[in-house]
Amino acid sequence: MKTRPWTRDEVAQRVARDIHDGAIVNLGIGLPTLVANHIPAGREVILHSENGVIGVGPSPAPGAEDHDLINAGKQPVTLLPGGAFFHHADSFAMMRGGHLDICVLGAFQVSATGDLANWHTGAADAIPAVGGAMDLAIGAKKTYVMMEHSTKGGQSKIVRACSYPLTAMACVRRIYTDLAVIEVTPTGLQLIDKVDGLALDELQRLTDAPLRA
Amino acid sequence: MINKIFPCAEAALTDVHDGATVMIGGFGTAGLPSELIDALIARGSRELTIVNNNAGNGQTGLAALLAAGRVRKIVCSFPRQADSHHFDALYRAGRIELELVPQGNLAERIRAAGAGIGGFFTPTGYGTDLARGKETREIEGRMYVLEAPIHADFALIKAERGDRWGNLTYRMTARNFGPIMAMAAKVTVATVHDVVDLGGLDPEAVVTPGLFVQRVVAVARTATSAGGFRHAA
Repeated sequence: MKTRPWTRDEVAQRVARDIHDGAIVNLGIGLPTLVANHIPAGREVILHSENGVIGVGPSPAPGAEDHDLINAGKQPVTLLPGGAFFHHADSFAMMRGGHLDICVLGAFQVSATGDLANWHTGAADAIPAVGGAMDLAIGAKKTYVMMEHSTKGGQSKIVRACSYPLTAMACVRRIYTDLAVIEVTPTGLQLIDKVDGLALDELQRLTDAPLRA
Repeated sequence: MINKIFPCAEAALTDVHDGATVMIGGFGTAGLPSELIDALIARGSRELTIVNNNAGNGQTGLAALLAAGRVRKIVCSFPRQADSHHFDALYRAGRIELELVPQGNLAERIRAAGAGIGGFFTPTGYGTDLARGKETREIEGRMYVLEAPIHADFALIKAERGDRWGNLTYRMTARNFGPIMAMAAKVTVATVHDVVDLGGLDPEAVVTPGLFVQRVVAVARTATSAGGFRHAA
């Protein structure tokens, strides 16, 4: 059987499957926002956005955008009945205080011990911007990462130790890539799931840290 | 009689001195007090330290203040955006100092200043470049970083409704940094879209009590609209 990587929507669907009914969730900007489209029917999930809103609903219809009602990616959103607004210090107290169940973040690199690098490449001409990434990574009860398995240049984004500047140490619980779902455990990386037809030794060859099946 | 209502944005900013630290509310353009930033540019104050989540978008507002060369230092969490051209150019030319702060630390440092807290230990940033050189401590098995409060001379914020005592309500996610910046500055100037009589705001719904606010300016409801505004009920 020929191996076909999961599409972005399939990865989002796979993440959404692991979000329980009643969960309070923060979806990072970029790829993780796709997860909102795939919450299984019958599960009530409350979305938090760090700019001071909980109960975020779908995108507004064209023409109905209200630019006082945006998400962390500064895109217009809607508010579900039951939603609420609050100021920035309260919003980050929700994170740092451990009141969010799950956050889903993008990443440049994740290490075998769950270190996360997702805010800065460290390149000399790059302008650093951290936003809420460091607060989110250490704040939620569970931090999930959603990313491509390899860089465009073919290098593994799962590494023994991050070479990019860290966002937070030992914070990632699960890694969802286009090839596999991997749990970060105290004794190393545990394979949970992988795409059909991909042999374990081939996946290991594409992953720069030891995997346990 | 207490009356904090000022006739216009310019009149509310006549004492912003060179070298002042000025907090500016807003997350992107939501809650950004554009009229006050325009008045600050017109006032001509220089060598400012600006505290905002971002470092300006496009050509107006905070970006215009940067482009006018009035800012010595910016304290923010997310300067780099698709249209942050003016900040990018100044930063690459070495003409602006950047203090990059994780967003939650930024919010809590502002809140701490307003609440009279001399510093706090936070887990955010521990083990990263942004905590380098800072005091750390293990508390009940977890590592924390000591962060200092951020005080300001002025806070410029955007609210929705206000009264002559300075009580404020906000609208949706335009609230963001407004309430905590109002607490952290010696002088807080708030724009509102409606000035109401005392008692006209539901006391259960007042978000910023008037003692945190020194000046209130009424402005037209146009600043951040992209066509979606509905008049507040």
